[in-house]
Amino acid sequence: MIYAVALAVFATATAGLYLCTSRDVLRVVLGLALLGASANLVLFAAGRLGPTAPAVVPFGEQVLRDAANPLPQALVLTAIVIGFALLCFSLVLVLRLIQASDTDDVLALRAAEPKPDDAVKPPLSPAEFEPDPPAVSNATAAAATDAPSPRR
Amino acid sequence: MNWLIASPVLVPLATSMATALLVNQRRAQQIVSLLGAAALLAVGCALVLAVNDGAVLRSAFGNWPEPFAIAFHIDRLSAVLILLTGLMALASLIFAQSDADPGRDQPLLLPLVHGVLAGVAGAFATADLFNLYVWFEVMLIAAMGVLALGGRRDQLDGTFKYLTLNLIGTLLLLIAVGSIYGATGHLNYTALAEAAGSLSAPLSVLLLSVLVLSLLLKAGAFPLFAWLPASYHTLPAPVLALFAGLLTKVGVYAVLRILGDVFAPVPVVLTEALGWIAALTMLLGVLGAAYHWDIRRILAFHIISQIGYILLAVALASAAGNAATLFYTAHHIVVKANLFLIGAIIWRLTGSYDLRLSGGLYAAKPLLGVLFLIPALSLVGIPPLSGFWAKFMILDEAIAQGRVAWTFIALLVSVLTLYSMMKIWMEAFWRPHPNPNWQPPRNTRLAPAWIATWGLAAVTLWISFNPEPLAAFAKAAAATLGGR
Repeated sequence: MIYAVALAVFATATAGLYLCTSRDVLRVVLGLALLGASANLVLFAAGRLGPTAPAVVPFGEQVLRDAANPLPQALVLTAIVIGFALLCFSLVLVLRLIQASDTDDVLALRAAEPKPDDAVKPPLSPAEFEPDPPAVSNATAAAATDAPSPRR
Repeated sequence: MNWLIASPVLVPLATSMATALLVNQRRAQQIVSLLGAAALLAVGCALVLAVNDGAVLRSAFGNWPEPFAIAFHIDRLSAVLILLTGLMALASLIFAQSDADPGRDQPLLLPLVHGVLAGVAGAFATADLFNLYVWFEVMLIAAMGVLALGGRRDQLDGTFKYLTLNLIGTLLLLIAVGSIYGATGHLNYTALAEAAGSLSAPLSVLLLSVLVLSLLLKAGAFPLFAWLPASYHTLPAPVLALFAGLLTKVGVYAVLRILGDVFAPVPVVLTEALGWIAALTMLLGVLGAAYHWDIRRILAFHIISQIGYILLAVALASAAGNAATLFYTAHHIVVKANLFLIGAIIWRLTGSYDLRLSGGLYAAKPLLGVLFLIPALSLVGIPPLSGFWAKFMILDEAIAQGRVAWTFIALLVSVLTLYSMMKIWMEAFWRPHPNPNWQPPRNTRLAPAWIATWGLAAVTLWISFNPEPLAAFAKAAAATLGGR
């Protein structure tokens, strides 16, 4: 039984991670849902897997025997409800995102990043940062004064 | 059940419901929201006063016996963080009354903001691992609502990135909680502290690393911080300041609570790894900030860098390190939120968050320059401002433990932080505005913004010139950690 559950956790987690790395936003959300399922399975398995005896303390005894611990099952229920709400929210969010940006490609979703034509660094005006032209000897300088300076 | 212990959660939840009912009466909604924030601040003050003598407030809900009930334990560490939550809520909601980037008028914004506050305060107050997960989820869903509420394309884009990484972190947290319950049979912090000793060392390392990894993702630590700078700058300014001040600090608090209190002393390999993660976090955060020219992006990367500092203090794993963590967190929440709020004032006056398009503020508004320099230099750690004392406490302990590499990286990051703050100063304040005809706008409504920012600056100055009470409080708080 424990191996079946372990295999199920492995299968859902790998499938979820695979979908999460997809470039399609809807598949990413489906991947998150699958990852949530695998997390819930782990939590479920924390409370012993075993016989299907009801979680009732036998009459005259103090402790629960032969049955699974019911607390993780309560925790799983809470986690399922929370995960369900988050899944609904994320589906609506992704739908709005696709409508607003006309694409479902993750790599094309760059609205919150700096604009592609923004070099981020300030525009560099080359003249400001170039050193003065090197000093020239008198003979060539006299010849050069006739020609217009390239910098002015 | 003790009402005072439950009130950090009850007050924001009640305010959230009341503001949700008042969506059609906007003025009343604003007033109720401000009253709720003030009430949360009052609750924080009452809690700090109640635990100041070293008492730990405990409450087990439903009258179940202690290890089985969902319990709230409020010690000094929790109380002071709840107080700061109330202070930040009040400051940012007062700031939201101004016209400095308050975002579009959204009737549902205030209920969601108070939902975030309930999640934050609940995470600070709880003493139950699964309950911690639930408060993280409350925080996550409310924060995503706030992010997506504006409906702009970049906001939806930022929300999606926030959602994906944070949801993976939350699921990792759930897996860690489930595995820890499977291994120890407990969720209550006190019971966990007792049961942790019976775990074998490899199992304990495995469980704690999964748990801490998920919390580090929430805290915005290297290498999983990409969600933070991708989404935060799309928020309206008052909410942005609130998120910047509080949300990542909940993750840091949880790391401190788990490593420094519940499972202390933890295996050395964990604190060693955490120290290097912290060093890389602070270095990469500050380098990311150096690249950008948008004030909000610069400050968002500085959150990551400062998270690295706080995590470094946690990684020192000693009473002095834990005290430094609390002192740094308290200083940092106030300073960081204030910087974001001042950034919004800069936006209102110069018309842009982009430093290349702003300037001339020192000539036009010299007092704003002074106001900016108080938190900015405090963030860098210039004496005698609060950041100096915070960094001194961390580095003093790091040197005492012989952590030369970490100390060197931390000092290097301080210099780079100075570079970033001076970049904002030079571009937005010192140089003339790129448009020679620019005049600061006259018809602004900035009075609430001045009240909020000067109020937070006063808190920073109070910590700066009078660090002894907070430091003594932090040391007393750290002394009781790990002694469950």
